[in-house]
Amino acid sequence: MTDLTQESGPLSLVPKAEAAQSMKDFKSDQEVRWCPGCGDYAVLAAVQGFMPQLGLARENIVFVSGIGCSSRFPYYMNTYGMHSIHGRAPAIATGLATTRRDLSVWVVTGDGDALSIGGNHLIHALRRNVNLKILLFNNRIYGLTKGQYSPTSEAGKITKSTPMGSLDSPFNPVSLALGAEASFVARTVDSDRKHLTSTLQAAADHPGTALVEIYQNCNIFNDGAFEVLKDKQQAQEAVIRLEHGEPIRFGTPGEDGLGSKGVVRDPADGELRIVDIAEAGTDGVLVHDAHAPSPATAFALSRLADPDTLHRTPIGVLRDVQRPVYDTDMADQLEQAVEHHGKGDLGALLAGNDTWTVVG
Amino acid sequence: MTNQVNSPAGQRPGADESANKGTNGANGANGDVKTELSGTKEVRRLDRVIIRFAGDSGDGMQLTGDRFTSETASFGNDLSTLPNFPAEIRAPAGTLPGVSSFQLHFADHDILTPGDAPNVLVAMNPAALKANIADVPRGAEIIVNTDEFTKRAMAKVGYEASPLEDGSLDGYRVHEVPLTTLTVEALKEFDVGRKDAGRSKNMFALGLLSWMYNRPTEQTEHFLRTKFAKKPQVAQANIAAFRAGWNFGETTEDFAVSYEVAPATTAFPPGTYRNISGNLALSYGLIAASQQADLPLFLGSYPITPASDVLHELSRHKNFGVRTFQAEDEIAGIGAALGAAFGGALGVTTTSGPGVALKSETIGLAVSLELPLLIVDIQRGGPSTGLPTKTEQADLLQAMFGRNGEAPVPIVAPSTPADCFTAAIEAARIALTYRTPVFLLSDGYLANGSEPWRVPETDDLPDLRVRFAQEPNHVLADGTEVFWPYKRDPHTLARPWAVPGTPGLEHRVGGIEKQDGTGNISYDPANHDLMVRTRQAKIDGVDVPDVEVDDPDSADGETKVLVLGWGSTYGPITAAVRRLRKDGQRIAQAHLRHLNPFPGNLGAVLRRYDKVVIPEMNLGQLATLVRAKYLIDAHSYTQVNGMPFKAEQLATALKEASND
Repeated sequence: MTDLTQESGPLSLVPKAEAAQSMKDFKSDQEVRWCPGCGDYAVLAAVQGFMPQLGLARENIVFVSGIGCSSRFPYYMNTYGMHSIHGRAPAIATGLATTRRDLSVWVVTGDGDALSIGGNHLIHALRRNVNLKILLFNNRIYGLTKGQYSPTSEAGKITKSTPMGSLDSPFNPVSLALGAEASFVARTVDSDRKHLTSTLQAAADHPGTALVEIYQNCNIFNDGAFEVLKDKQQAQEAVIRLEHGEPIRFGTPGEDGLGSKGVVRDPADGELRIVDIAEAGTDGVLVHDAHAPSPATAFALSRLADPDTLHRTPIGVLRDVQRPVYDTDMADQLEQAVEHHGKGDLGALLAGNDTWTVVG
Repeated sequence: MTNQVNSPAGQRPGADESANKGTNGANGANGDVKTELSGTKEVRRLDRVIIRFAGDSGDGMQLTGDRFTSETASFGNDLSTLPNFPAEIRAPAGTLPGVSSFQLHFADHDILTPGDAPNVLVAMNPAALKANIADVPRGAEIIVNTDEFTKRAMAKVGYEASPLEDGSLDGYRVHEVPLTTLTVEALKEFDVGRKDAGRSKNMFALGLLSWMYNRPTEQTEHFLRTKFAKKPQVAQANIAAFRAGWNFGETTEDFAVSYEVAPATTAFPPGTYRNISGNLALSYGLIAASQQADLPLFLGSYPITPASDVLHELSRHKNFGVRTFQAEDEIAGIGAALGAAFGGALGVTTTSGPGVALKSETIGLAVSLELPLLIVDIQRGGPSTGLPTKTEQADLLQAMFGRNGEAPVPIVAPSTPADCFTAAIEAARIALTYRTPVFLLSDGYLANGSEPWRVPETDDLPDLRVRFAQEPNHVLADGTEVFWPYKRDPHTLARPWAVPGTPGLEHRVGGIEKQDGTGNISYDPANHDLMVRTRQAKIDGVDVPDVEVDDPDSADGETKVLVLGWGSTYGPITAAVRRLRKDGQRIAQAHLRHLNPFPGNLGAVLRRYDKVVIPEMNLGQLATLVRAKYLIDAHSYTQVNGMPFKAEQLATALKEASND
C-alpha cells in the first residue's frame, strides 16, 4: 500500500485521525432509505468499512453527490456532505477540492447522473485531474424515476420509456473515461466486498481524479443485470480480472491453475484477441500494465466486454498513471505569483500606475 | 484667463449636464470666445467636448479611444466613455456591420454620460462615416481618412457619389486628411512595409486629436514603449506616427484652431483619482471584498461577452490568493463556485444573461443550501444570444424570479462604472451576512464604459469578516450537545457556516427540503411551509439603506413628479433631470441600488409624488415590480436599442410624462 503520509501523496495535506476509527464512526444517524436488497447497501457498507483504513480525520472527508438513488449516499456518511443537483457533483467537488487541499473529496454518482445529464462535468473532471475520487454506481437503469433506460442500458432494452426497445447504443463508462484522459480508471462489483475495498484503496492512493465504476444491482427495475459476473460458474468465463504485473488470464483454471483463456495482441491488426492457453501457449499472453503511459491497451481491454451479455468484462484497475494534478498546480501558481509579485497589496492595486491628485 | 466658457459645435444651448456651470448661451464654436495664441494658432477654451472615433473593427479604434481617455483622465477632466463594437471579431473589412467606435465625453466640470451627439467624428473609412453620421449634428467637425474613400470602398456601403463631394456634408466642418498616406510617409525611414506602416494610422489620428485638444502625450508614448517592449521597432514606428499626427495638426492650415478643456478642478472632492472601467472596478471590488472578509476568492466562470474581462482581470491577481477556474460550461462555473463556498471561500461566478439561464438550477441549490455566493450578471441585449456587445437591463426579472419554486435572491445594481467597485463589496456583504446567493446586475454599458474614480483608502472599506461555526449550537432534551446546520441567527435568520475540517460539526446539506433546525431531509408539509416562508423572510429582512431622494424643492412639497431608476441609467437620468431643472421644471429623482429587497422607505417615497416615471432599458421590469408591490401606477418609459439613453431624449420624455 502506498504510504499516504508521504510528502507527495494525494492525501498528504489531509489531517490524520487522532484515534483509531471504526466502521461505526462513519455511519450517520439517518435511516437508510434504499429499497431492501439494493446493491447500494453493499457499497455503503464497503465504503464505511474502508474509511477507518484510510485513517483520515473524519471532519476532513467530504462526500458530494448529484441526483439519483446512489446520490443519497452522503446522508448516510457521518462526514461532511452535499447532496447537490443532477449531474453537477463533479463540478461542485472541483471547486471544493481546488480550494481545500486539506480535504479528501469523494463524488458519488450514478450512470444517469454521471453519463447523461452530467456527462460534460465528468469528462472535464477527468481531463483536469483534480484530486477527486468518483464512485460511479452503474445499475444500467434509471431507478429513482422508476425504470427508464439509462445511457448504459443495452440496446433494445424494454423499459417504461422504451416499450419497443431502446434505440440507444450504450456508453462503456471505462472506455469513456479512458478517452477523456482519465489518469485512474477501475471497475468493480457491489457484491465483491474484498475487490471493492481494494479498488477504493487504489483510488484513494492515486493523485488526481480516480474513476471507479461499480456495477450495482437494482433489484427493483433491473434485477440480475450483473448476475453473469456474480454467479461463480458463469463468472469464470465472463470476468477478466486484471492485476497489475500479472498475465491476463480468465476462464476455468487450466493445468497451471490459472485461467484457461488468455488475452493476446494479434500482430496482424493490433487488436486484442482471446485465445485458448492449451492451444496457443502462454508466451503471447499480455501482462497487465496499469501504469502504461499510453491508454491504448487499457482501452482495447475495455472493449473486450460484450455490452449485451457482459461476457469478457474486465474488472480491476485498468489505468493508474501519474500526471499533473490540477489543484496542486493551481496552488503552485498562487505561490509563484506571490514569489514574483509579492503578496497582494490592495491599496497599491486600487491606485494602479496612472493616478492624479485633486487638492482641496 | 477667461471667465467665459463656450460649448463646442453642435451643442444646443441648455443641453449642458452641468448643475453648477451654465454655458454662455452662444451657439456654435464661432461665438463669443476668448482666444489665446499658441505659436501662430488660435486656442479656444471649451467647457466640454464629445469625440467619437470610428473605423473598421481592425483599425484599433478601441485602443485609440482608450489612449485618448487615459490622456484626458491624467489631465484632470471629468469624463465618461462609450465603447461600441460589433460581436464579430473581424467583420468583413469596410462594411457597416464591421464598424467599431469609441465615444468620449470630457469636460471641465462634472458630467454623467458619454454624451448624446459627438462634436467631433473621426471616420477612418466610408463605412464609419455612414454608420455614424446620423448621430453627428451639423456644425460638428468631421475628420475623414480620404485614403479609404475609394470608389470601391464607398460603393461597398452604398455611397453612389462621394459624400465628400456631393454636398451631403454641407454644414459640417470636414477635415479631409489622407491619414494612411501621411502615416506611411512618416514611417518611411523605418524598416516596415507599406501595409504595416499603414496600420499605425490610428496613432496618427490619436496624435492629431491630442494636438487639437492639447492632451498630454508622455503617457501614450510610454504606453507604446511598454506594449511593444519586445518589438522596439514597432514601438518606435507607432510613436513616430503619433508624433507625426501631432505635428500635422500644428503645421497644416486646415487645422487653424486647437481647443483647451480645463481640468475639472471643482468637480472632484480632494483625493487621488484614476480612470476606471466598470468591469475593472467590479474585479477590484471582488478582490477587496475577499481581503476585507479574509476569505480566499474563488471565481468559477465560462467566457461570455461582456463579462469575460472580469475573468481575465481576476486571473492576473493570484498573489491575492485569487483562484480563477475557467469551467467547461456555465453550470460548472457556478457549481465550482458553490463548492468553494461550501469549503469556506468567497465563491463568485461571472456571466451574462444566457449564462444566468443555465445557472438557474444551481442558484436554486444555493438558495436551499443557504451558502454565500455572488452571481455577477453583466447584462446584454437579449433574448437568447441577442446583442452580445450591446447593453440592456432586461435580466431584472430573471434575477428576481428565474428559478423553480420560491427562491428569493437579493439583487444589487451598480449605477456607474466606478460604482461597480462599491456595489461588488455590498453584494458580498449581503451574501456573507445572510448566507445567501446574491445577484450583482451590471451591464455592457457599465462594463466597458469608464470614468474617473476616487481611489478609496483601504482603511475606509467595510469589515466583512465572518465567523465560521466552531462548536455545537444546540442541546437535545437529553442534554447532548449537537450541531444543527439550519438553526438560525434570530436577528439575520442566517444559518451557521460550518466548513469541512471543523471537528464535531460534520453535517450534510442538500437540495431536498430540510427539517427546520436539524437540516435532515423532511417531506413534512408544515415544515416545508415554514422553510419556504423563512427563506423568504430572511431575504425580505436583509438590511438595506433607505433610498435617497434628490428633490431640491422638497421643502415646499410642490414637486409632483419623481423619476425612479436603477443600474446604469443613473448617468442619463441625472443628466436629463439637470436639464429639466435648468428649464425651471420641478422633478425629484431617486435611484435604486437594491432591487431585492427594496429599501424600506421606497413605498413612502413613491406615495409622496403624484407621478412616478421609471425609465429602463427593458420593457418595464422595475415598473412591473413597483406596481405589484406598491400598487402605484408607475409610468414606464423604455428603450431597448442596445444603447444607453441619451440625456436630451430622456429629458424630453420625462417632460412629456410629467405633463401627461
